[in-house]
Amino acid sequence: MTARRLRRRVVSTLMTGLVGVLSFLAVLALVLILGNLIAKGASSLDWSFFTRNPVPAGEAGGGIANAIVGTVIVVGLAALIGLPVGIGTGLYLAEYGSGRLGWIVRFVADVLNGTPSIVVGIFAWTWLVKPMGHFSAFAGSVALAVLMIPMLARTTEEMVRLVPHSLREAALALGYPRWRTSLRVVARTALAGIVTGSLVGIARIAGETAPLLFTALGNLNFSTSVTQPMQTLSLQIYTYATGPFAEWHRLAWAAALVLMGLVLLLSLTARWAVRSRHGAPPAPPAPPAR
Amino acid sequence: MAPPPPPPPPPLADARLRLETVRLTALYGRRAVVKDVSILFPAHTVTALIGPSGCGKTTFLRCLNRMHELSEGGWVTGRVLLDGEDIYEPGVDPVRLRRRIGMVFQRPTPFPTMSVYDNVAAGLRVNGGRSRGDLDAAVERALRQAALWDEVRDRLRHSALGLSGGQQQRLCIARALAPEPEVLLLDEPTASLDPSGTQRIEELCHELKTRYTIVIVTHNLQQAARVSDYTAFFYLGDLIEVGRTDAVFTKPGKEQTEAYITGRFG
Amino acid sequence: MTTLPVEPLPAPAPAPAPAPAPDAASPTLPAPQPRWRILRGLNAGDRLYRAALTALALALPLLLLALLAELVASAWPAITRFGGRFLWTSVWDPVAGVFGAAPMIFGTLASSLLALVIAVPLALGVAIYLTEFAPKWLRQPVAFLVELLAAIPSVVYGLWGIFVLIPFLRTYVVPPLRAVVGWTPFFDGVFYGNSLLAGAMILAIMIVPYIAAVSREVLLAVPSSQREAAVGMGATRWEAVWTAVVPYGRAGLIGAVILGLGRALGETMAVTMVIGNRHDIGLSVLQPAYTMAAALANEFSEATTDLYLSALFEVGLILFVITVVVNACARLLIWRVARGTAVGSRAL
Repeated sequence: MTARRLRRRVVSTLMTGLVGVLSFLAVLALVLILGNLIAKGASSLDWSFFTRNPVPAGEAGGGIANAIVGTVIVVGLAALIGLPVGIGTGLYLAEYGSGRLGWIVRFVADVLNGTPSIVVGIFAWTWLVKPMGHFSAFAGSVALAVLMIPMLARTTEEMVRLVPHSLREAALALGYPRWRTSLRVVARTALAGIVTGSLVGIARIAGETAPLLFTALGNLNFSTSVTQPMQTLSLQIYTYATGPFAEWHRLAWAAALVLMGLVLLLSLTARWAVRSRHGAPPAPPAPPAR
Repeated sequence: MAPPPPPPPPPLADARLRLETVRLTALYGRRAVVKDVSILFPAHTVTALIGPSGCGKTTFLRCLNRMHELSEGGWVTGRVLLDGEDIYEPGVDPVRLRRRIGMVFQRPTPFPTMSVYDNVAAGLRVNGGRSRGDLDAAVERALRQAALWDEVRDRLRHSALGLSGGQQQRLCIARALAPEPEVLLLDEPTASLDPSGTQRIEELCHELKTRYTIVIVTHNLQQAARVSDYTAFFYLGDLIEVGRTDAVFTKPGKEQTEAYITGRFG
Repeated sequence: MTTLPVEPLPAPAPAPAPAPAPDAASPTLPAPQPRWRILRGLNAGDRLYRAALTALALALPLLLLALLAELVASAWPAITRFGGRFLWTSVWDPVAGVFGAAPMIFGTLASSLLALVIAVPLALGVAIYLTEFAPKWLRQPVAFLVELLAAIPSVVYGLWGIFVLIPFLRTYVVPPLRAVVGWTPFFDGVFYGNSLLAGAMILAIMIVPYIAAVSREVLLAVPSSQREAAVGMGATRWEAVWTAVVPYGRAGLIGAVILGLGRALGETMAVTMVIGNRHDIGLSVLQPAYTMAAALANEFSEATTDLYLSALFEVGLILFVITVVVNACARLLIWRVARGTAVGSRAL
């Protein structure tokens, strides 16, 4: 082997190793973060942590009951608003989206997808908090819904487009009107994918903090009223982590672990939904020779 | 379920029950892919449409149940008469029309999220208003007509995807037959099947033509000869020749027909 | 163009009249029909469905318009008051009513670009490794783990940044760094922890999964014929990737990087928790800094005067415009390789 070829082989092996190391480092970061979460947070997870509300500043103990309930309410309401609009927009884009309006909607969805969430937060403040005169969980939910809708629209469109055109034609040839074809045949076939996209979207907004800073604001007490400020896990973590008390820091780790667990649960459920319903039709037998 | 009713005696070939195209031209935008075709499809017969790839026979077929206009830029001129009435007249609802003309496609397309039963009943449910007993009877009748009943009677509630390719195609035929259409359009129905599946479907055509009028597009000349009463030969959008199958195959009138049939091109 | 005489029906049915004979002077191509002929017969159900979906879809353009309108309208007093000075003066004095956003703009760009410098090799390395070199059994798990990085909420990154990353930097990284390059203006000054460096590092970890995911999709879209051709000419495995696959997808990879930049520019929580939040422009990465998003997070609820609020809205407007432009460039580049599929929309 010539020296030149040997050098090329060495370079190839080195670079292969290098990208392997870089990948390892990226995964290492994840392992470190999750590891720290568990190490520093797990010890604080006890029953009172989940069932008690925060105690006055400086005192020991207290829990995140109000934050857990608040997260469920705020995220749930956001999903209630965002899922129909997002999925409906996705269906529109897949079914009727080849014209000019479809192009505009797609472009806007991409623009909104890239908008910083804090900008969406001050947008919700202007249109909801300011006129209402006070902060509210509802305003927070709207802000989260605005974040969710463009994401959901694009993933829904993509999933529906994956349904083979022949299925749509078969339904139409049977005498299905177009709306029924779109809903009962096409969307139903793409349902697993749509559900996955929805769960991923919900997982994303469950972790959001910035848009809630000036809308839901946060609340030290237990509240279930959507027209009042509300606490969420993310807001709680922010307050505790940036506060002066060591006790707060301990609670912040535990709350972060809970939030991470929630997000992980949603993401894994999304993946499982796709795997177990993998209903692609089997390939037809080989075509006969012509 | 109730024992199957005895099959009704084959009806007399009724002069009203027929399909006819009058100067049908199918276009995409400004490009005509089917040019000025007039054919009569007699009741209770099988007509085969043959021709090389791209000659417009599938497009022509899709004009018969107003599927062509669903394609981007697709439109037609001319008339298509079902029972003497033009299906392209304004005021005709294509959705309702397609329930009177059934279609089966090249690749089996069972609805993947539905069971065998639901697949067959799909065309019936969309019309609405049937009782459970009616649906059961209609599903069984359609599956028997498609020669699939014995193979699936124990697995009606299972997913349609568990069937083999040939069974799936017969399921699609049952699905098309369930609403009791008058005409059945088959677009290369055996193209993706193995020889035994192909044979089953060709036998089906013989049985079904006592009840329906069938138009079948096929690439396979031997299949056309086996299955059809009449054959129409298309080339580059024009109808070159149409006639009784044995006549077209043994004594073709046009030179192009003869060239295609003897395999000099295609 | 010929039409043929039609076959009569077989016996015993009565023979019907044959189809009318063709017109000798028929035109070769009929004139296009009026629109109503082409319309599929839309029944009530179809009309309602389409109307409902269109109404839902209109929500998005309306939202964007509302967002823009509100940003511009609220920022208008500050825009007219400060004009271009807003962009390049550094004084931010709410009491005196003087606002200059230069430190924030500088900090945003500096932290994001520095984050890119750290993140791009990592992310591209992951993408190339996953598409070209990793053994098949390793691909799905590693891809999943990298995706998981994207699922971690920003505030959790911030928490980790405050209590793990910054102490780590303070103890193990900065002293040796200062020993070696402390004489340069980039590494001088006292290191208190909250700094541009910490912000950039957190940002880097946060954007690695986005760049990696999109890069991976871009690389997967490169036809395998490219790779095969290179290997067929005797290239080593690395050379095949580096000289054939990567250049083919170059536009898309640059797009992925710019997409990551767009993400970094808008990141709020993790940044504000570690960057120090000080209105200051400095060359040293060890000093505290500020970003536009962090400023909004910190000061929006403290804005006591209308002018203060308006200045913050103008900051939001500038941030919005920058991220939109950056994302648009990214999408254009990615589209050129992946041809209009929704590549990258899932990653965001």
